[in-house]
Amino acid sequence: MIRNSKAKNLLLLICLPALAAAQDLLIKNASVLTVTKGNCQNCDILVTGGKIAEVGKGLRQPANVRVIDATGLYVMPGIIDAHSHIGIDVVNEGTNPVTAEVNVGDALNPLDVSIYRALAGGVTTSHAMHGSANAIGGQCQTIKHRYGTTNPDDLKMAGAPRTIKFALGENPIRTHGESNKIWPATRMGVEQVFRNAFSEARIYMKEWEDHKKGIRKSPPAYSLRMETLADILNGKILIHCHSYRADEILMLMNVLRDFGINKVCFQHVNEGFKVAPELAAFGATASVFADWWAYKFEVYYSTAYNAAILTRNGVVTSINSDSGELIRHLYHEAAKTQRYGDLTDEEALALITINPAIQLGIDKMVGSVEKGKDADLAIFKGHPLSVYAIPQMTIVDGIVRFDIKSDPDDVRVDVNPTEKYSTYFESLEDLDHNACMRGVSELLMQESHAQYLRYRYSKQHQH
Amino acid sequence: MNNLRPNILSIKKLTFLGFLLAITPLYAQQVKKAEKAAILLRNATLHTVSRGTVSGDLLIRDGLIADIGTNLAIHSGTAVLDCSGKHVYPGFIDGGSKVGLAEIGSISVTNDFSELGDFIPHMKALTAVNPNSVSIPVTRVNGVTTVFAKPEGSTFPGTGALIDLFGYTPDQMSCGSERVVMQFPSTGRRGRWDRRSDEDIKKETEKALKNIDQVYESAIQYARIDSAAKADRQSWTTNNPQMEALLPVIRGQQPLFVEANSYTDITALLDWISNKKIKVVLTGASEGWRVADRIARAGIPVITGPVLSVPRRENDRYDAMYTNAGKMAGAGVKVAIRTDESENTRNLPFNAGFAAAYGMGTDEALRAITLTPAEIFGVQERYGSLDKGKVANLFVATGDPFEMKTRIEKLFIRGWDIPLESRHTLLYDEFLERTPGNQKK
Repeated sequence: MIRNSKAKNLLLLICLPALAAAQDLLIKNASVLTVTKGNCQNCDILVTGGKIAEVGKGLRQPANVRVIDATGLYVMPGIIDAHSHIGIDVVNEGTNPVTAEVNVGDALNPLDVSIYRALAGGVTTSHAMHGSANAIGGQCQTIKHRYGTTNPDDLKMAGAPRTIKFALGENPIRTHGESNKIWPATRMGVEQVFRNAFSEARIYMKEWEDHKKGIRKSPPAYSLRMETLADILNGKILIHCHSYRADEILMLMNVLRDFGINKVCFQHVNEGFKVAPELAAFGATASVFADWWAYKFEVYYSTAYNAAILTRNGVVTSINSDSGELIRHLYHEAAKTQRYGDLTDEEALALITINPAIQLGIDKMVGSVEKGKDADLAIFKGHPLSVYAIPQMTIVDGIVRFDIKSDPDDVRVDVNPTEKYSTYFESLEDLDHNACMRGVSELLMQESHAQYLRYRYSKQHQH
Repeated sequence: MNNLRPNILSIKKLTFLGFLLAITPLYAQQVKKAEKAAILLRNATLHTVSRGTVSGDLLIRDGLIADIGTNLAIHSGTAVLDCSGKHVYPGFIDGGSKVGLAEIGSISVTNDFSELGDFIPHMKALTAVNPNSVSIPVTRVNGVTTVFAKPEGSTFPGTGALIDLFGYTPDQMSCGSERVVMQFPSTGRRGRWDRRSDEDIKKETEKALKNIDQVYESAIQYARIDSAAKADRQSWTTNNPQMEALLPVIRGQQPLFVEANSYTDITALLDWISNKKIKVVLTGASEGWRVADRIARAGIPVITGPVLSVPRRENDRYDAMYTNAGKMAGAGVKVAIRTDESENTRNLPFNAGFAAAYGMGTDEALRAITLTPAEIFGVQERYGSLDKGKVANLFVATGDPFEMKTRIEKLFIRGWDIPLESRHTLLYDEFLERTPGNQKK
């Protein structure tokens, strides 16, 4: 039953930082699913200084390590979600088709319990993304699930490249064309928003260059938006593009080709399977849902075999959540590719580990169980691709952040001392199925009408 | 002699036949046509649900499970499928879904589950079931053969219908079990955007409770007048379809399906019905685990789900929804599982799988999507288990159907051999190796 949990929470406040103390670990006698180097039975993993120091059989036990007996358990790399909106306060700056200057990293919320719930599903890293209201949305932030910290900056993954959200199709069209009567109102308009933004940025770059060379006396007006677009053109920021239809996917690849950009990860990309050969030829990657479809017209002609078709055509593919619900069982979502397309265990696990790491540019640090990588590990009872799998322990940078054996009922970091227990929500659609367009409906319509619509369609998806 | 010889086909051969059918042009069709089956499933592991797991044969004829046993005789005109090493399960029943009523989420004109009005129990979901919804084949190929297609969105949003996921008219699909649905007045917040004050919520709830009391009293009166008029053989002319729709509930002929989720609302519901003679099925019950003993004592069956959803309170354990069904069952509640989904109702076996893993156990979770919902819908004589005489809704699988790796190899609904095709499989077939590839021509 619900208890007055003040005392417990005080204890938690003391416990969580204590939990966060780094300690060297020896995980013993596990079935290790390395993802990149095969499986190793009765294997040990030595963790020192937050890194994987050694993987092998019968490792010598150094002094002062915490031993974790993993007999009968599976250890896999910490799961990585290339598309999520947990751990942030806001999602959409839906006021302009181009908002490259805003940054999700400025709106991190380390107190979001969704981070803990993701940990309880073995997820150690996620890509906290801007929403899909704008053709060129804000910059995103790759975070590590260091739940327990109260400092937003602690979530940021050091060394992760900068990323930015693009969006095609219905969402920018609805937000700007339909509501504000500005481009884009069609997929033609979406293309020209990109071409115009990149062309403006080229002029801006040229003006600065000319100024530095002395050709132009006064510098151009400084613009953070243009600076960001210039960084995209210079390859310093990775593009993650919300997309659904085959035609718009081809469109963006054409635009990027024309502007000399050769890296892009298509997000959702429900019709990616239709242009898999083109994606492979471009070198584009794809981050998809396991089985979501039909929540809007542009995903009506979808197939749950998308990940399998993309994988078989040589496209580096990941499975993402875009949801505080799905992020809790990405191992299950990955396993669906075995029902829908016969992927092998290793291929299915790669969809939620090394492949999203590649897409986020962090594959040198995380995404597999390999010597030298960050000690981000998920320990499972039962094979993680079985429906009966239950995560037992999740380790981030060598720190145990989730342990089913010492898992408190209430894990909130911020607790209102006057509140007996927290609010009951009939619907948490922003967590369940609505993350990408969060914050947009309020922009578009009066609050009361927005409330009504969101209530009425609370079970429906709005990605 | 020749036509007496059993027509023994392996699954491989059947698949090959299916392949031949698939390459013949079939324009203007969603999937291949089903065929009426007369087939003996030989040497299968039969997960009967009603009588445990047995090895034996199962005969499908005239739309029914005509016989179950060992070494069943083979009659002429009956195909034989060797099911050695294969597993046969009764078709799964989703106790609450919008399959057939919802097509494309964001396009309201394709969605027919929410009519205007707060007291409209006469709105019949069966009327709006689209037999050709693209979601239907997508759902059934995962072994979900039957769903309760339900309206929602107001206090009395209408009457749901239990339907089989095969047929070309709603009547062909109907299982003959329709149930009035009710949303119990809710004290929870509708979402994070819901900024009503606690006081406003309390006032609204009190008002809503008063409303349902009035509805109930009116319905009682209506039933009395109706009974009296009929007893006197008077023709009493009236046009009150709302009250007419409630008659079977008021007369105790069928249960009212009441949605309540937070423990306070469930408790309020139990209080509300304590002095009433109506039968009730509790649906939703996402916090049922908090008051499981009380639900058990009240003897009210529950249809809960989705299992795969987030806890509705921030201070709840991460697995509160995974463990809910198991905890209620453990307390002695009769529990069925639903997805509450539309296009992804196909995830019913995985919802059951998670419930199984988190405390319910595989046998109980299997029952929660077969025989238990059949009982709750009053169709247990015809549905929910592998028993002689029941409707032949069943499938042949390579193993445990809760596991994602398992393949479903044959599917029968009402004894029709259903092609294992859907938009999703057809797109796979077309695009796995697209021709032309990325050449210009």
